[in-house]
Amino acid sequence: MRRNSFRIPIFLIILALLLPMIAACGSAEENEGSGGGGSSPTQTSSSASPSTGGGSAEATKGTIKIYSSWPLTGSSQKLGQDMVNAVRMAIEDHNNGVAAGYKIEYIPLDDATAAQGTWDAGKEAENANSVVADPDAMVYIGTYNSGAAKISIPILNEAGMAMISPGNTYPGLTKDIEGVVEENEPDVYYPTGERTYCRVVPSDEIQGVAATWAKELGAEKVYVLHDTQLYGYGIAVVFEQTARELGLEVLGMEGIDYKASDYRALMTKIKGMDPDLIFFGGVTDTNAGKLVQDMRAVGMTDVMFMGPDGIFNDDFIRAAGPAAEGVYATFGGLPPSQLTGKGAEWYQRYKEKFNSEPDAYAVYAYEAASVVMQAIEKAGTKDRKAILDAIKSTKDFDGLLGTWSFTETCDTDSTKMSGNVVKDGKWEFVKQLGG
Amino acid sequence: MDQLVQTLLFGLSNGFVIALIALGYTLVYGIIQLINFAHGEIYMMGSFMALTVITAAGVSWTDPLGTRLGVIALALVAAMLFAGAVNFTVDRIAYRRLRRAPRLAPLITAIGFSFVLQNIGIWWKGARPIQFPALLPPTNILTDWFGLDTNITLSIPMLFVMVVTIPLLIVMTWFIRNTRLGKAMRATAQDRDAAALMGIDVNRTISLTFLLGGLLAGAAGLINGLYNNQVVFNMGFFAGLMAFTAAVLGGIGNLTGAVLGGIFLGIVAALSDSYLQAQWTPAIVFAVLVLVIIFKPSGLLGEVVADRA
Repeated sequence: MRRNSFRIPIFLIILALLLPMIAACGSAEENEGSGGGGSSPTQTSSSASPSTGGGSAEATKGTIKIYSSWPLTGSSQKLGQDMVNAVRMAIEDHNNGVAAGYKIEYIPLDDATAAQGTWDAGKEAENANSVVADPDAMVYIGTYNSGAAKISIPILNEAGMAMISPGNTYPGLTKDIEGVVEENEPDVYYPTGERTYCRVVPSDEIQGVAATWAKELGAEKVYVLHDTQLYGYGIAVVFEQTARELGLEVLGMEGIDYKASDYRALMTKIKGMDPDLIFFGGVTDTNAGKLVQDMRAVGMTDVMFMGPDGIFNDDFIRAAGPAAEGVYATFGGLPPSQLTGKGAEWYQRYKEKFNSEPDAYAVYAYEAASVVMQAIEKAGTKDRKAILDAIKSTKDFDGLLGTWSFTETCDTDSTKMSGNVVKDGKWEFVKQLGG
Repeated sequence: MDQLVQTLLFGLSNGFVIALIALGYTLVYGIIQLINFAHGEIYMMGSFMALTVITAAGVSWTDPLGTRLGVIALALVAAMLFAGAVNFTVDRIAYRRLRRAPRLAPLITAIGFSFVLQNIGIWWKGARPIQFPALLPPTNILTDWFGLDTNITLSIPMLFVMVVTIPLLIVMTWFIRNTRLGKAMRATAQDRDAAALMGIDVNRTISLTFLLGGLLAGAAGLINGLYNNQVVFNMGFFAGLMAFTAAVLGGIGNLTGAVLGGIFLGIVAALSDSYLQAQWTPAIVFAVLVLVIIFKPSGLLGEVVADRA
């Protein structure tokens, strides 16, 4: 909250500066899907839609607030900031932040605390409750961590507010898959019985293709590690199951203490079993870099190391140093630099605007915000239920990642995955996996 | 058999790092009965300083060994002085005002300061783990120097941890046992008022204790960096917790106890990683602590201290 106290005023000042410009644009009720387009701030467009009656880009109808919640302090700081930037871009790209005659105000919340270094359950609950209590709040974009989503989904569900996540990949939030999710999932998160949660990122059960890829790379004996977190454990289970189905020998599976400073003893044990590949279900923040270093340190130089999208970031390479060389990572979707069409255009604009490489999840943050803007436009009214329904009925959305729709469980139907490897200190795209 | 020996060696190296941090805990506790929860962050500050010096010197492991050793020595001095200065300053700013306050007040202040220092850490080096350059050659002493035919690794970084830590421990123990300042520290620990009446500058003695604790934490910061090759802003929290456990295990306030406790914990953790599931390691470490406290509340080497009036 401390961070927001100085960020909000700056945001308001920017808004205040933009207002005359928006007013000068005249009536502009743009068609849906303009979110991904490269509309420059001064571009005017007309074609008022009669159905929404009285809707105009002059933001005559008041303000709609959109909140987001993911870590902005701690180890996911850069990632969180990139996602905030992307949401801002998406809102600006849609009619300079006006949808259906409402001015869209965006307020990023932080669900991490410095003490934890990562997301915090109390903070997330506090965020969700404060948003629900704000009558102007219509949509909650978040969270990044699946564990955090478990806390906020029920709170928003009771309030009937739409929640859309750019980062949660744990299947159990929306789907009931035997052996992967808990027994009462996902219904336990929806006390009203109605679904209020959508995600634009593919969930982890498609990460099983990582095992297929491991086999293609020549692995026969694998050892599976995870960080005991919801995300990491879920991915490790999917990998382990798929690996067994494919006939790979799984030597063992265990959790690590991600706060430990050393894994040499653990790696010595694993070395004794002589694996071809170690799979780690976890993220950079749960010490993936140190694991790789220690794996190399005890002499497993030829053994492959593979992880999910949680290690697919530059911070992983910074953490692991030279040991990162040759590490494989899968990612649900394509890395920003590999996007084509609209995505490629967005990637260029982002780099120009913020002068840095966007994190892979910034793409999803942009996508989520674009869906929201389009849904508000479609709903045409400041009503939580109408906007929720509009989000859920999103079909053939033309976004940065190609064209996709929400399924019945409100998951994306896109199953594009990519395989990547560290080469000369940089992530390099290897091939597209799966659909 | 090989695996057991290897595990014990790794445990020993880790234990020495824990021991160095535990010493700082126990020194401060011994003298003012304050559990300095910011001590782990002092250690983090030390390793950040060491990393800054090494980065500024621009050395990597391709440089000649002499240059690297020179930079390591420089980084060691810088890290120790810096961490010592930070610890001294924290005491000066925060704890000194609370000398006569109830014990809970400085304790909470220490927790507050650990947040402050963590945030300084974020501001300084960013929020994500950073690789600490491996300046020591990963040579396996057993096979490369002694020509033994074995799978066991005793690498130079592992040896370095022990070679640097042991003299520091000996010097510290000697300092407290045999110098005037050490005597003043012990006197202050026994009875602050009586020590003041005997002409000991109590405040200066306490400051000195914080300085010493900081020096050790700074050394631990550099040693851990060179051995574990990774630093992150919140590394102090868990390391501090382990060190605190080690200090309590050995009998808080007792220097030798802290060292033994640290080594013991390092070995227990390594054995648990290797023979049980790694996810149980923290549980086992703290279960050991609980057992020791139940059966020997004063710790392994602790003496029963009469409560102050």
